[in-house]
Amino acid sequence: MDFNEPAGTNPADRGTVLGKSTPRIDGPLKTSGHAPYAYERHDVAEDQLAGYPVFSAIARGRITRIDSAAAEAAPGVVAVIRSTDMDVLGKHGMNVVPHFGGDEIRHYHQAVALVVAESFEAARAASGLVRVAYDAEGHADYDLSTHRDTAMARKAEPDQDVGDFAAAFAEAPVTLDETYTTPCQTHAMMEPHASIAQWDEEGRLTVWSSTQMVNWLVEGLCSAFDLDPDQVRVDSPFIGGGFGSKLFMRADSVLAALGARATGRPVKVALPRPAIANNTTHRARTIQRIRIGADRDGRITAIAHDGLSHTQPGGDGENSTAQTPFFYAGANRLITPRLVDLHLPEAHAMRAPGEASGLMALEIAMDEMAEKLGMDPVEFRILNDTQVDPGQPDRPFSDRNFVTCLRQGADRFGWADRNTTPGGRREGMWLIGHGMAGAYRGALTMNSGALVRLRPDGTAVVETDMTDIGTGSYTIIAQTAAEMLGLGVDQVEVRLGDSRYPVSSGSGGQFGAPSSTAGVYAACVKLREEIARRLGNVDAGSLDFADGRVTASGRSTSLAEIAADGEITAEDKVAFGEFQDDVLMATFAAHFVELAVHAGTGETRVRRMLAVCDAGRILNPLSARSQVIGGMVMGLGAALMEELAIDTGRGFFANHDLAGYEVPVHADIASQEVVFLDTLDPASTPLKAKGVGELGLCGIAAAVANAHYNATGLRIRDYPLTLDKVLEELPAI
Amino acid sequence: MREFSFERAGDAGQAATLAAGDTGAKFIAGGTNLLDLMKLEIETPSRLIDVTGTGLDRIEQTDAGGLRIGAMVRNTDLAADDRIRRDYGVLTRALVAGASGQLRNMATSGGNLLQRTRCPYFYDTNMACNKRSPGAGCAALDSGGFTRPLGVIGISDHCIATHPSDMAVAMRLLDAQVETLDAAGNSRSIPLEEFYLLPGDTPERETVLEPGEIITAVTLPAPIGGHQAYHKVRDRASYAFALVSVALVRQADGSGRVALGGVAPQPWRRAAADAELPNGAGAVMARLLDGARPTAQNAFKITLAERTLAAMLAEAEGN
Repeated sequence: MDFNEPAGTNPADRGTVLGKSTPRIDGPLKTSGHAPYAYERHDVAEDQLAGYPVFSAIARGRITRIDSAAAEAAPGVVAVIRSTDMDVLGKHGMNVVPHFGGDEIRHYHQAVALVVAESFEAARAASGLVRVAYDAEGHADYDLSTHRDTAMARKAEPDQDVGDFAAAFAEAPVTLDETYTTPCQTHAMMEPHASIAQWDEEGRLTVWSSTQMVNWLVEGLCSAFDLDPDQVRVDSPFIGGGFGSKLFMRADSVLAALGARATGRPVKVALPRPAIANNTTHRARTIQRIRIGADRDGRITAIAHDGLSHTQPGGDGENSTAQTPFFYAGANRLITPRLVDLHLPEAHAMRAPGEASGLMALEIAMDEMAEKLGMDPVEFRILNDTQVDPGQPDRPFSDRNFVTCLRQGADRFGWADRNTTPGGRREGMWLIGHGMAGAYRGALTMNSGALVRLRPDGTAVVETDMTDIGTGSYTIIAQTAAEMLGLGVDQVEVRLGDSRYPVSSGSGGQFGAPSSTAGVYAACVKLREEIARRLGNVDAGSLDFADGRVTASGRSTSLAEIAADGEITAEDKVAFGEFQDDVLMATFAAHFVELAVHAGTGETRVRRMLAVCDAGRILNPLSARSQVIGGMVMGLGAALMEELAIDTGRGFFANHDLAGYEVPVHADIASQEVVFLDTLDPASTPLKAKGVGELGLCGIAAAVANAHYNATGLRIRDYPLTLDKVLEELPAI
Repeated sequence: MREFSFERAGDAGQAATLAAGDTGAKFIAGGTNLLDLMKLEIETPSRLIDVTGTGLDRIEQTDAGGLRIGAMVRNTDLAADDRIRRDYGVLTRALVAGASGQLRNMATSGGNLLQRTRCPYFYDTNMACNKRSPGAGCAALDSGGFTRPLGVIGISDHCIATHPSDMAVAMRLLDAQVETLDAAGNSRSIPLEEFYLLPGDTPERETVLEPGEIITAVTLPAPIGGHQAYHKVRDRASYAFALVSVALVRQADGSGRVALGGVAPQPWRRAAADAELPNGAGAVMARLLDGARPTAQNAFKITLAERTLAAMLAEAEGN
């Protein structure tokens, strides 16, 4: 199905199943421990061996020798595979650094060997016996701040240079020029990267893995092992979180496949938690200079955002300016994303890449600017709303209701009742503050395929290589098919994550929900056409599907009857057309936060958070809410505690486990409220839906930061807002 | 994890006998720290002696009017004990500020005292650490090292790790004594003040315990009353080690005691600092943290300790 114009009224609009809060259909499997996650798939292949990697002890240099004799002689060891025994293996196009092979070390905890043994314990014990000698490259530079003004910085994306920023900024009566920093972050998903690999006698590779993008992993494995796609099968039905860390092939699948090839037996490999922060990807640190000029009534006339981040050579880092070309009005604009090559581990996508970091800065800047103007920060944002691309005014937003988010949020939160004097409200030992921020996240769509089977018993099966990374894909796909075929959700079986199924959008960039359901919609439309044909070539558009029956011209037939002679299948793919480039598609939210800061210690406790979200049709309000509150928790972590600490002498992340890298715990989260505007975006998909998986994370950290300022009167522009940054300036006790 | 043998001891004497003369032997109780360290090969015992069956799981009154806490009393049970809650409130508060409910269900009084530092360089076996490998050096102290969570006082040029226990800070405040038994049947009672060693140039030696010597109990003197409080400051609300923690007993006349966690290789308390309590937090910390040698990353702990105590004193006066 080509999606070449905005959707009109269609069967998905009925809203009998879609749009209704629906508990996740895979919930019982998960709560009973029966959902098969990659590392525990003991039944998929017999005689599995366990692999345990050896990781580089240096950040940059060369391996001069790997002595594996002692490990090879250790009890239970079957094989030791050394990086130096082979050339650098191919990687996926999206990967920046290769995963294995050769003698070059490009980052700390790079995999340098794999010990394969009869048990996990034997492999791990023997891994400690592998001796690796290095020739370390000294004097490496790992501090982004030393590069701030170097001309070497390259561009991640084209600059946006509209009007004459310099002149407009110079003329503006009210201006802001501040620099904000965000730290490196790690995804910290619950399930580590894990794979089981097996080769068959014809040289075909099967990998049971944990990946967000099944087809990209197929492509990656083809590249690493010089295979054709039909020689590789990937199966990833359940994923314990990814947040971008499992978008592309990682060392677990490469090492498992190497181990399996060397031993002729299935091999499983999980990355140990302490190795994940440095072996895999992270969100890059950013240094962001923001300048805003406005006239006295608060209209922005000039805006500049200079966003610097780091990457391994060849990567894209974190483009913190991503939202700034589009979020607020202003005729004169200078947006300059910049990159520096650093030999930290590979910087890459983490949930809401770009916007998550960018809004941490921009939305503090907007708060500061409102204060300079003497304006309510809600009103300042409303005044500077835009319904078109500010740099290209003939390109409208497809559907933008940011102002409604702001107004509804302010009403619901009781924004008008807040104290407006920073540091002006105290309850006992606690300073109380309120803050808000806006949120913007692009609404990408990706082509997505699916196959639908109508079984002789009148129930349906959906097959697609779409993944459910904890987001609820199983359920919204079941809802989509149920809506289209007039079935109950319990009459639809959903099979995901297998590369034998049609290629889908996969999960990432909050494009998974709208794109994959559009693909299922397309397959269902095709199935409806086939049913129409079987009913005597009636007009498919005239069919009414309900309660397991289809009605055409007053005649009702059960789906079971239609499929009585054998299963009916229909496969299709949604292909999003170029018309989507003529509009801006995005999601929006307004966040409001109340918090308390301990006047003595500077400890911050968030008391309540509210998000009002605008993301088109919400397919399943229950799981969408889960996505948004999860994003808000992640943003709270970004605001208050999350930081990969860089050992700048050796070039690695030192706090590389979940004791050292702190994410929020239950005690950090009090009340969370999420409201979805009842909107539709016909330009986005046939279901008029957009994703929310990343929206909840966008902007929330700045809302926390702005509330912290309101509580303390101390403006912190360097995330996270840990207590050591305010301690000296807190009031006397 | 390396291979090891596993034996169960029926009483403390048997445990000490089993361990005697075997440098590869380790006692294991809750295992909340030792098992983690074994998985990472930071601890590589050849022999584990399970001491959970030694019957040391009771809390009893002492003749001196205090309490004798068996070494195997679980942290959860200790925190919930009526006598502890009534007479030694600071200990309950410190215990529940530590770890998680699940860990406290496993962790024991004796094991808690002997947990190892959480210094990230101690945990990363690629990195030089004098605690793990005497003489190897201290990666934390190298240029560019990450020292924010580490110690500011009592440290040395060889090690700036902290002791992570909350329980031990409250016990130190309460003048607890550690009772031990060795294979020869000798028992001794060690004031907690003398139990931990400062790192000096032998940071691998953390306590005065001799090889094979087993902790049988911790005794608390008779209750001292007063306002008892424990404030643990960290970057999130729960389940994190202290940046700084302050244990306080304050009597109605303004006198009292102060001990700190998160700043030193041992629970940190000085009599001269206690004596300054009537003069306020600044006076206490001037004595308690005299000689501190913080890094640029953790110098805030000095200010934080003083401000935390000041807030606790303000709250105590408000009560």
